[in-house]
Amino acid sequence: MTERKVTMHIDWTRCDGRGLCVELLPELLTRDDWGYPVGRGGSEIAIPQNLEYAAQDAAALCPTQALRLHK
Amino acid sequence: MTTDQSTVSIRDHVAGPAGTTRLFAAGSADFGSHQAAFGPLPAMDRARLIDELLQSGLDGRGGAGFAAWQKLASVPADGRRPVVVANGAEGEPLSQKDAALLHNAPHLVIDGILIAGRSLGAKELHLFAGAEQLAPVARALKERGEVRIRLHEAPDTFISGEATAVVSAISGSLAVPGDRTKRLTNSGLNGRPTLVHNVETLAHLALISRFGPAWFRSVGTGSSPGSRLITLSGNTAGPRVYEIPTGVRLTEILVSTGVDLHSVRAALVGGYHGTWLAVDQLDARFSKEGLAPVGARTGAGIIMTLGSGSCGLAATADILAYLAGQSARQCGPCINGLPAIASVFARLAYGDTNGKLPQEISRLAALVTGRGSCAHPDGTARLALSALAAFASDVDAHLRGRCEVLR
Repeated sequence: MTERKVTMHIDWTRCDGRGLCVELLPELLTRDDWGYPVGRGGSEIAIPQNLEYAAQDAAALCPTQALRLHK
Repeated sequence: MTTDQSTVSIRDHVAGPAGTTRLFAAGSADFGSHQAAFGPLPAMDRARLIDELLQSGLDGRGGAGFAAWQKLASVPADGRRPVVVANGAEGEPLSQKDAALLHNAPHLVIDGILIAGRSLGAKELHLFAGAEQLAPVARALKERGEVRIRLHEAPDTFISGEATAVVSAISGSLAVPGDRTKRLTNSGLNGRPTLVHNVETLAHLALISRFGPAWFRSVGTGSSPGSRLITLSGNTAGPRVYEIPTGVRLTEILVSTGVDLHSVRAALVGGYHGTWLAVDQLDARFSKEGLAPVGARTGAGIIMTLGSGSCGLAATADILAYLAGQSARQCGPCINGLPAIASVFARLAYGDTNGKLPQEISRLAALVTGRGSCAHPDGTARLALSALAAFASDVDAHLRGRCEVLR
Protein backbone atom coordinates (compact mmCIF):
# COMPACT_ATOMS: atom_id res chain seq x y z
CA MET A 1 0.00 0.00 0.00
CA THR A 2 1.29 3.42 -0.84
CA GLU A 3 1.43 5.95 1.91
CA ARG A 4 -1.39 8.44 1.57
CA LYS A 5 -0.23 12.00 1.42
CA VAL A 6 -2.09 14.73 3.22
CA THR A 7 -1.65 18.29 2.07
CA MET A 8 -3.00 21.52 3.45
CA HIS A 9 -4.13 24.04 0.83
CA ILE A 10 -3.89 27.73 1.66
CA ASP A 11 -6.52 29.88 -0.03
CA TRP A 12 -4.62 33.17 -0.21
CA THR A 13 -7.73 35.05 -1.26
CA ARG A 14 -9.15 34.27 2.19
CA CYS A 15 -6.05 34.31 4.37
CA ASP A 16 -5.72 37.46 6.47
CA GLY A 17 -2.53 36.44 8.23
CA ARG A 18 -4.17 36.01 11.64
CA GLY A 19 -1.48 33.45 12.43
CA LEU A 20 -3.46 30.79 14.27
CA CYS A 21 -2.19 28.10 11.90
CA VAL A 22 1.40 29.12 12.63
CA GLU A 23 0.71 28.68 16.37
CA LEU A 24 -0.83 25.25 15.81
CA LEU A 25 1.76 24.01 13.30
CA PRO A 26 5.04 25.61 14.37
CA GLU A 27 6.88 22.58 12.96
CA LEU A 28 5.67 23.42 9.45
CA LEU A 29 4.83 27.10 9.31
CA THR A 30 6.48 30.39 10.09
CA ARG A 31 5.23 33.92 9.47
CA ASP A 32 6.49 36.07 6.62
CA ASP A 33 7.39 39.76 6.92
CA TRP A 34 3.69 40.66 6.98
CA GLY A 35 2.34 37.86 9.16
CA TYR A 36 1.19 35.42 6.50
CA PRO A 37 2.04 31.72 6.85
CA VAL A 38 5.11 30.37 5.08
CA GLY A 39 5.79 26.69 4.68
CA ARG A 40 7.45 24.36 2.26
CA GLY A 41 5.18 23.92 -0.74
CA GLY A 42 3.84 27.46 -1.00
CA SER A 43 0.09 26.95 -1.27
CA GLU A 44 0.12 23.17 -0.75
CA ILE A 45 1.81 22.27 2.51
CA ALA A 46 2.70 18.59 2.92
CA ILE A 47 1.45 17.33 6.28
CA PRO A 48 3.35 14.45 7.90
CA GLN A 49 1.21 11.85 9.65
CA ASN A 50 2.17 12.90 13.15
CA LEU A 51 0.85 16.43 12.51
CA GLU A 52 -2.41 15.48 10.85
CA TYR A 53 -4.53 16.24 13.93
CA ALA A 54 -2.84 19.58 14.43
CA ALA A 55 -3.47 20.39 10.76
CA GLN A 56 -7.13 19.43 11.15
CA ASP A 57 -7.35 21.80 14.10
CA ALA A 58 -5.69 24.56 12.10
CA ALA A 59 -8.14 24.14 9.25
CA ALA A 60 -11.14 24.00 11.57
CA LEU A 61 -10.08 26.96 13.68
CA CYS A 62 -8.86 29.28 10.92
CA PRO A 63 -10.97 32.42 11.45
CA THR A 64 -11.16 33.10 7.70
CA GLN A 65 -11.57 29.44 6.67
CA ALA A 66 -8.56 29.75 4.40
CA LEU A 67 -7.24 26.22 4.99
CA ARG A 68 -8.40 22.95 3.51
CA LEU A 69 -6.95 19.50 3.98
CA HIS A 70 -6.67 17.15 1.02
CA LYS A 71 -5.99 13.46 1.40
CA MET B 1 -3.67 29.34 -53.20
CA THR B 2 -5.61 26.75 -55.14
CA THR B 3 -9.27 25.93 -55.01
CA ASP B 4 -10.10 22.59 -56.55
CA GLN B 5 -13.84 22.22 -56.90
CA SER B 6 -13.70 18.60 -58.08
CA THR B 7 -12.45 17.08 -54.83
CA VAL B 8 -14.82 16.26 -52.04
CA SER B 9 -12.50 15.91 -49.08
CA ILE B 10 -12.26 19.04 -46.99
CA ARG B 11 -8.52 18.45 -46.69
CA ASP B 12 -8.13 18.76 -50.44
CA HIS B 13 -10.72 21.42 -51.01
CA VAL B 14 -8.35 24.28 -50.28
CA ALA B 15 -4.64 23.79 -49.80
CA GLY B 16 -3.21 24.97 -46.50
CA PRO B 17 -1.35 28.24 -46.73
CA ALA B 18 2.24 27.73 -47.83
CA GLY B 19 5.03 29.41 -45.87
CA THR B 20 4.77 31.03 -42.50
CA THR B 21 1.90 33.42 -43.13
CA ARG B 22 -0.91 31.22 -41.99
CA LEU B 23 -3.19 32.95 -39.55
CA PHE B 24 -3.25 36.08 -41.70
CA ALA B 25 -3.33 34.22 -45.03
CA ALA B 26 -6.84 35.48 -45.84
CA GLY B 27 -5.39 38.96 -46.18
CA SER B 28 -8.61 40.60 -45.10
CA ALA B 29 -10.97 40.28 -42.16
CA ASP B 30 -14.15 39.68 -44.17
CA PHE B 31 -15.91 36.34 -44.41
CA GLY B 32 -15.54 36.03 -48.18
CA SER B 33 -11.75 36.33 -48.03
CA HIS B 34 -11.68 33.91 -45.12
CA GLN B 35 -13.68 31.28 -47.00
CA ALA B 36 -11.65 31.72 -50.16
CA ALA B 37 -8.41 31.25 -48.26
CA PHE B 38 -9.37 28.46 -45.91
CA GLY B 39 -12.46 26.76 -47.27
CA PRO B 40 -15.51 25.64 -45.33
CA LEU B 41 -15.72 24.89 -41.63
CA PRO B 42 -14.73 21.26 -41.04
CA ALA B 43 -16.62 18.98 -38.69
CA MET B 44 -14.56 17.29 -36.00
CA ASP B 45 -15.68 14.89 -33.35
CA ARG B 46 -14.04 15.03 -29.96
CA ALA B 47 -11.77 12.01 -30.36
CA ARG B 48 -10.54 13.06 -33.79
CA LEU B 49 -9.91 16.65 -32.74
CA ILE B 50 -7.93 15.54 -29.68
CA ASP B 51 -5.91 13.18 -31.85
CA GLU B 52 -5.20 15.80 -34.52
CA LEU B 53 -4.09 18.29 -31.87
CA LEU B 54 -1.91 15.64 -30.25
CA GLN B 55 -0.28 14.80 -33.58
CA SER B 56 0.17 18.47 -34.39
CA GLY B 57 1.95 19.28 -31.13
CA LEU B 58 0.09 22.59 -30.78
CA ASP B 59 0.67 24.20 -27.41
CA GLY B 60 -1.34 27.00 -25.85
CA ARG B 61 -0.44 30.46 -27.03
CA GLY B 62 -1.78 32.46 -24.10
CA GLY B 63 1.34 32.21 -21.97
CA ALA B 64 1.32 28.98 -20.00
CA GLY B 65 2.04 26.83 -23.07
CA PHE B 66 -0.07 23.87 -21.95
CA ALA B 67 -0.58 21.24 -24.66
CA ALA B 68 -3.77 22.11 -26.53
CA TRP B 69 -4.90 18.48 -26.86
CA GLN B 70 -4.39 17.83 -23.18
CA LYS B 71 -6.65 20.66 -22.08
CA LEU B 72 -9.34 19.47 -24.47
CA ALA B 73 -8.95 15.87 -23.31
CA SER B 74 -9.26 16.88 -19.67
CA VAL B 75 -12.82 18.10 -20.26
CA PRO B 76 -14.71 15.13 -18.82
CA ALA B 77 -17.12 13.33 -21.13
CA ASP B 78 -19.52 12.72 -18.26
CA GLY B 79 -22.73 14.00 -19.78
CA ARG B 80 -22.37 17.54 -18.46
CA ARG B 81 -22.37 19.95 -21.40
CA PRO B 82 -19.22 22.04 -21.26
CA VAL B 83 -18.53 25.69 -21.91
CA VAL B 84 -15.91 26.96 -24.36
CA VAL B 85 -14.26 30.30 -23.71
CA ALA B 86 -11.99 32.05 -26.19
CA ASN B 87 -9.59 34.19 -24.23
CA GLY B 88 -8.47 37.33 -26.02
CA ALA B 89 -7.96 39.46 -22.92
CA GLU B 90 -4.46 40.59 -23.59
CA GLY B 91 -3.69 42.35 -20.32
CA GLU B 92 0.03 42.30 -20.92
CA PRO B 93 1.00 45.77 -22.21
CA LEU B 94 3.78 44.32 -24.38
CA SER B 95 1.44 41.95 -26.22
CA GLN B 96 -0.71 42.93 -29.16
CA LYS B 97 -0.89 39.70 -31.09
CA ASP B 98 -4.36 38.70 -29.91
CA ALA B 99 -5.67 42.14 -30.87
CA ALA B 100 -3.99 41.83 -34.27
CA LEU B 101 -5.54 38.41 -34.74
CA LEU B 102 -9.05 39.50 -33.74
CA HIS B 103 -8.87 42.53 -36.01
CA ASN B 104 -7.39 40.78 -39.04
CA ALA B 105 -8.62 37.19 -38.81
CA PRO B 106 -11.71 37.14 -36.57
CA HIS B 107 -13.31 34.36 -38.63
CA LEU B 108 -10.45 32.00 -37.89
CA VAL B 109 -10.95 32.49 -34.16
CA ILE B 110 -14.70 32.04 -34.58
CA ASP B 111 -14.01 28.82 -36.51
CA GLY B 112 -11.83 27.57 -33.68
CA ILE B 113 -14.53 28.30 -31.12
CA LEU B 114 -17.20 26.56 -33.22
CA ILE B 115 -15.04 23.51 -33.98
CA ALA B 116 -14.00 23.08 -30.34
CA GLY B 117 -17.56 23.74 -29.16
CA ARG B 118 -19.17 21.27 -31.56
CA SER B 119 -16.62 18.58 -30.85
CA LEU B 120 -17.38 18.84 -27.14
CA GLY B 121 -21.13 19.28 -27.50
CA ALA B 122 -20.74 22.61 -25.71
CA LYS B 123 -23.71 24.31 -24.11
CA GLU B 124 -22.28 27.81 -24.37
CA LEU B 125 -19.60 29.58 -26.38
CA HIS B 126 -17.97 32.76 -25.11
CA LEU B 127 -15.32 35.20 -26.24
CA PHE B 128 -13.61 37.50 -23.75
CA ALA B 129 -11.56 40.43 -25.03
CA GLY B 130 -11.03 44.16 -24.71
CA ALA B 131 -13.75 46.45 -26.08
CA GLU B 132 -11.71 47.46 -29.12
CA GLN B 133 -11.22 43.84 -30.08
CA LEU B 134 -14.88 42.89 -29.64
CA ALA B 135 -15.97 45.23 -32.43
CA PRO B 136 -14.34 43.30 -35.31
CA VAL B 137 -15.56 40.03 -33.82
CA ALA B 138 -19.12 41.36 -33.60
CA ARG B 139 -18.90 42.43 -37.25
CA ALA B 140 -17.63 38.99 -38.24
CA LEU B 141 -20.40 37.22 -36.33
CA LYS B 142 -22.98 39.42 -38.05
CA GLU B 143 -21.54 38.50 -41.47
CA ARG B 144 -22.09 34.86 -40.63
CA GLY B 145 -25.44 35.24 -38.98
CA GLU B 146 -23.76 33.52 -36.04
CA VAL B 147 -25.23 34.60 -32.75
CA ARG B 148 -24.37 31.81 -30.37
CA ILE B 149 -20.99 33.15 -29.39
CA ARG B 150 -21.44 35.57 -26.50
CA LEU B 151 -19.06 38.46 -26.32
CA HIS B 152 -17.73 39.79 -23.01
CA GLU B 153 -15.65 42.87 -22.48
CA ALA B 154 -12.36 42.38 -20.63
CA PRO B 155 -11.15 45.19 -18.40
CA ASP B 156 -7.79 46.73 -19.16
CA THR B 157 -5.86 45.12 -16.32
CA PHE B 158 -2.75 42.95 -16.37
CA ILE B 159 -4.34 39.91 -14.75
CA SER B 160 -7.75 39.97 -16.48
CA GLY B 161 -6.65 37.21 -18.87
CA GLU B 162 -5.77 34.71 -16.14
CA ALA B 163 -8.10 31.77 -16.77
CA THR B 164 -9.98 31.86 -13.45
CA ALA B 165 -10.30 35.65 -13.78
CA VAL B 166 -11.83 35.17 -17.23
CA VAL B 167 -14.38 32.69 -15.91
CA SER B 168 -15.14 34.94 -12.96
CA ALA B 169 -15.74 37.92 -15.25
CA ILE B 170 -18.02 35.97 -17.59
CA SER B 171 -20.07 34.78 -14.63
CA GLY B 172 -20.71 38.42 -13.74
CA SER B 173 -18.12 38.90 -11.02
CA LEU B 174 -14.85 40.80 -11.08
CA ALA B 175 -12.12 39.77 -13.50
CA VAL B 176 -9.81 38.66 -10.71
CA PRO B 177 -8.23 35.23 -10.22
CA GLY B 178 -9.89 32.78 -7.87
CA ASP B 179 -8.48 30.19 -5.52
CA ARG B 180 -7.81 27.19 -7.68
CA THR B 181 -8.31 23.75 -6.20
CA LYS B 182 -10.25 22.22 -9.09
CA ARG B 183 -9.41 22.33 -12.74
CA LEU B 184 -11.59 24.66 -14.79
CA THR B 185 -12.01 21.84 -17.30
CA ASN B 186 -13.83 19.98 -14.55
CA SER B 187 -15.54 22.82 -12.73
CA GLY B 188 -15.49 26.27 -14.29
CA LEU B 189 -18.24 28.65 -15.34
CA ASN B 190 -21.21 28.00 -13.03
CA GLY B 191 -19.63 24.67 -12.13
CA ARG B 192 -19.64 23.42 -15.71
CA PRO B 193 -16.63 21.86 -17.41
CA THR B 194 -14.96 24.86 -19.02
CA LEU B 195 -12.39 24.92 -21.77
CA VAL B 196 -10.51 28.23 -21.79
CA HIS B 197 -8.23 28.58 -24.79
CA ASN B 198 -6.33 31.59 -26.00
CA VAL B 199 -7.72 33.02 -29.26
CA GLU B 200 -4.50 32.26 -31.17
CA THR B 201 -4.60 28.66 -29.97
CA LEU B 202 -8.16 28.40 -31.32
CA ALA B 203 -7.15 29.94 -34.65
CA HIS B 204 -4.40 27.33 -35.04
CA LEU B 205 -6.92 24.67 -34.02
CA ALA B 206 -9.16 25.85 -36.86
CA LEU B 207 -6.30 25.45 -39.35
CA ILE B 208 -5.17 22.06 -38.01
CA SER B 209 -8.76 20.81 -38.27
CA ARG B 210 -8.70 21.74 -41.96
CA PHE B 211 -5.19 21.00 -43.14
CA GLY B 212 -4.00 18.39 -40.66
CA PRO B 213 -1.07 17.85 -38.30
CA ALA B 214 1.48 17.19 -41.08
CA TRP B 215 0.70 20.56 -42.63
CA PHE B 216 0.97 22.22 -39.21
CA ARG B 217 4.36 20.59 -38.62
CA SER B 218 5.72 21.67 -41.99
CA VAL B 219 7.07 24.81 -40.33
CA GLY B 220 8.70 25.14 -36.92
CA THR B 221 10.82 22.53 -35.18
CA GLY B 222 10.06 18.93 -34.32
CA SER B 223 9.49 19.63 -30.65
CA SER B 224 7.90 23.06 -31.20
CA PRO B 225 6.02 22.79 -34.45
CA GLY B 226 3.96 25.35 -36.30
CA SER B 227 3.96 29.08 -36.52
CA ARG B 228 3.25 31.50 -33.72
CA LEU B 229 2.46 35.14 -33.31
CA ILE B 230 4.94 37.36 -31.55
CA THR B 231 4.85 40.97 -30.51
CA LEU B 232 8.18 42.70 -30.97
CA SER B 233 8.79 46.04 -29.35
CA GLY B 234 11.61 47.99 -27.83
CA ASN B 235 14.32 50.42 -28.66
CA THR B 236 14.04 50.33 -32.43
CA ALA B 237 10.36 50.23 -33.27
CA GLY B 238 7.10 48.67 -32.42
CA PRO B 239 5.13 47.16 -31.03
CA ARG B 240 4.67 45.07 -34.14
CA VAL B 241 3.10 41.65 -34.55
CA TYR B 242 4.76 38.95 -36.67
CA GLU B 243 3.94 35.36 -37.45
CA ILE B 244 7.14 33.34 -37.18
CA PRO B 245 8.07 29.66 -37.44
CA THR B 246 8.50 28.47 -33.86
CA GLY B 247 12.10 27.76 -32.98
CA VAL B 248 13.95 30.41 -34.98
CA ARG B 249 16.76 32.16 -33.16
CA LEU B 250 16.01 35.42 -31.37
CA THR B 251 18.84 37.05 -33.31
CA GLU B 252 17.25 35.93 -36.58
CA ILE B 253 13.91 37.41 -35.51
CA LEU B 254 15.56 40.70 -34.63
CA VAL B 255 17.74 40.94 -37.73
CA SER B 256 14.98 39.90 -40.11
CA THR B 257 12.69 42.56 -38.72
CA GLY B 258 15.30 45.22 -39.21
CA VAL B 259 16.72 45.51 -35.70
CA ASP B 260 20.41 46.45 -35.56
CA LEU B 261 21.85 44.02 -33.01
CA HIS B 262 24.54 46.56 -32.04
CA SER B 263 21.78 48.81 -30.75
CA VAL B 264 20.48 46.11 -28.40
CA ARG B 265 21.71 45.71 -24.83
CA ALA B 266 19.32 42.94 -23.79
CA ALA B 267 15.88 41.55 -24.53
CA LEU B 268 12.94 40.83 -22.29
CA VAL B 269 11.45 37.56 -23.46
CA GLY B 270 7.99 36.32 -22.46
CA GLY B 271 6.65 39.66 -21.26
CA TYR B 272 6.55 41.41 -17.91
CA HIS B 273 6.40 38.00 -16.21
CA GLY B 274 9.32 36.95 -18.38
CA THR B 275 13.06 36.85 -18.40
CA TRP B 276 15.79 39.28 -19.37
CA LEU B 277 18.36 37.81 -21.69
CA ALA B 278 21.74 39.45 -22.07
CA VAL B 279 22.83 40.14 -25.61
CA ASP B 280 25.11 37.07 -25.71
CA GLN B 281 22.09 34.84 -24.93
CA LEU B 282 20.08 36.00 -27.91
CA ASP B 283 21.17 33.17 -30.17
CA ALA B 284 18.68 31.00 -28.22
CA ARG B 285 15.80 29.62 -30.25
CA PHE B 286 12.33 31.01 -29.61
CA SER B 287 10.63 27.84 -28.40
CA LYS B 288 10.04 26.07 -25.10
CA GLU B 289 13.13 23.88 -25.56
CA GLY B 290 15.26 26.62 -27.02
CA LEU B 291 14.61 29.06 -24.21
CA ALA B 292 14.75 26.58 -21.31
CA PRO B 293 18.59 26.52 -21.14
CA VAL B 294 18.65 30.30 -20.66
CA GLY B 295 15.83 30.14 -18.12
CA ALA B 296 13.24 31.84 -20.31
CA ARG B 297 9.85 30.96 -21.72
CA THR B 298 7.97 32.07 -24.79
CA GLY B 299 5.02 33.26 -22.69
CA ALA B 300 2.52 34.94 -24.98
CA GLY B 301 5.19 35.46 -27.64
CA ILE B 302 6.69 38.70 -26.41
CA ILE B 303 10.12 40.09 -27.20
CA MET B 304 11.08 43.57 -26.06
CA THR B 305 14.54 44.85 -26.82
CA LEU B 306 16.40 47.19 -24.51
CA GLY B 307 18.52 49.75 -26.29
CA SER B 308 22.23 49.92 -25.61
CA GLY B 309 21.71 53.36 -24.09
CA SER B 310 19.15 52.19 -21.53
CA CYS B 311 19.72 50.92 -18.01
CA GLY B 312 18.23 47.45 -17.54
CA LEU B 313 17.86 47.93 -13.81
CA ALA B 314 15.91 51.16 -14.24
CA ALA B 315 13.71 49.52 -16.89
CA THR B 316 13.07 46.60 -14.54
CA ALA B 317 12.31 48.87 -11.61
CA ASP B 318 9.66 50.64 -13.68
CA ILE B 319 8.05 47.36 -14.77
CA LEU B 320 8.09 46.04 -11.18
CA ALA B 321 6.32 49.19 -9.99
CA TYR B 322 3.67 48.64 -12.65
CA LEU B 323 3.27 44.96 -11.72
CA ALA B 324 2.97 45.76 -8.01
CA GLY B 325 0.16 48.15 -8.90
CA GLN B 326 -1.57 45.46 -10.93
CA SER B 327 -2.06 43.12 -7.97
CA ALA B 328 -5.70 42.16 -7.63
CA ARG B 329 -5.14 42.86 -3.92
CA GLN B 330 -6.57 39.54 -2.83
CA CYS B 331 -3.54 37.66 -1.52
CA GLY B 332 -1.39 38.96 1.33
CA PRO B 333 2.02 37.92 -0.04
CA CYS B 334 1.21 39.69 -3.33
CA ILE B 335 -0.35 42.82 -1.79
CA ASN B 336 2.67 43.28 0.47
CA GLY B 337 5.47 41.46 -1.27
CA LEU B 338 5.28 42.97 -4.74
CA PRO B 339 5.50 46.59 -3.59
CA ALA B 340 8.38 45.53 -1.33
CA ILE B 341 10.26 43.97 -4.27
CA ALA B 342 9.54 46.99 -6.45
CA SER B 343 10.69 49.38 -3.76
CA VAL B 344 13.97 47.60 -2.99
CA PHE B 345 14.64 47.20 -6.70
CA ALA B 346 14.05 50.91 -7.30
CA ARG B 347 16.62 51.71 -4.62
CA LEU B 348 19.15 49.55 -6.44
CA ALA B 349 18.27 51.07 -9.80
CA TYR B 350 18.22 54.68 -8.69
CA GLY B 351 21.28 55.36 -6.58
CA ASP B 352 21.20 53.45 -3.27
CA THR B 353 24.56 51.67 -2.93
CA ASN B 354 23.65 49.43 0.01
CA GLY B 355 25.38 46.13 -0.84
CA LYS B 356 22.60 44.08 0.73
CA LEU B 357 19.96 45.16 -1.78
CA PRO B 358 20.44 42.32 -4.33
CA GLN B 359 20.28 39.76 -1.53
CA GLU B 360 17.09 41.35 -0.20
CA ILE B 361 15.52 41.31 -3.68
CA SER B 362 16.34 37.62 -3.97
CA ARG B 363 14.93 36.90 -0.52
CA LEU B 364 11.67 38.70 -1.23
CA ALA B 365 11.37 37.06 -4.65
CA ALA B 366 11.72 33.60 -3.08
CA LEU B 367 9.29 34.58 -0.32
CA VAL B 368 6.36 35.47 -2.62
CA THR B 369 6.90 32.67 -5.15
CA GLY B 370 4.16 30.04 -5.05
CA ARG B 371 2.14 32.00 -2.51
CA GLY B 372 -0.78 33.42 -4.43
CA SER B 373 -3.96 32.22 -6.06
CA CYS B 374 -2.45 33.08 -9.45
CA ALA B 375 1.07 33.31 -10.85
CA HIS B 376 1.35 37.09 -10.58
CA PRO B 377 3.78 36.99 -7.63
CA ASP B 378 5.78 34.20 -9.29
CA GLY B 379 6.06 36.08 -12.56
CA THR B 380 7.01 39.32 -10.86
CA ALA B 381 9.66 37.54 -8.82
CA ARG B 382 11.00 35.86 -11.96
CA LEU B 383 11.43 39.22 -13.68
CA ALA B 384 13.31 40.70 -10.70
CA LEU B 385 15.65 37.71 -10.40
CA SER B 386 16.33 37.56 -14.12
CA ALA B 387 17.29 41.23 -14.13
CA LEU B 388 19.82 40.61 -11.35
CA ALA B 389 21.33 37.83 -13.48
CA ALA B 390 21.24 39.45 -16.92
CA PHE B 391 22.54 42.78 -15.61
CA ALA B 392 24.87 41.31 -12.98
CA SER B 393 27.83 43.50 -13.89
CA ASP B 394 25.59 46.58 -13.88
CA VAL B 395 24.33 45.58 -10.41
CA ASP B 396 27.97 45.74 -9.26
CA ALA B 397 28.37 49.10 -10.97
CA HIS B 398 25.25 50.47 -9.27
CA LEU B 399 26.54 49.32 -5.89
CA ARG B 400 29.68 51.36 -6.58
CA GLY B 401 27.54 54.39 -7.31
CA ARG B 402 27.84 54.10 -11.08
CA CYS B 403 25.84 52.74 -13.98
CA GLU B 404 27.22 50.93 -17.01
CA VAL B 405 24.96 52.92 -19.26
CA LEU B 406 23.88 56.20 -17.80
CA ARG B 407 26.85 57.45 -15.79
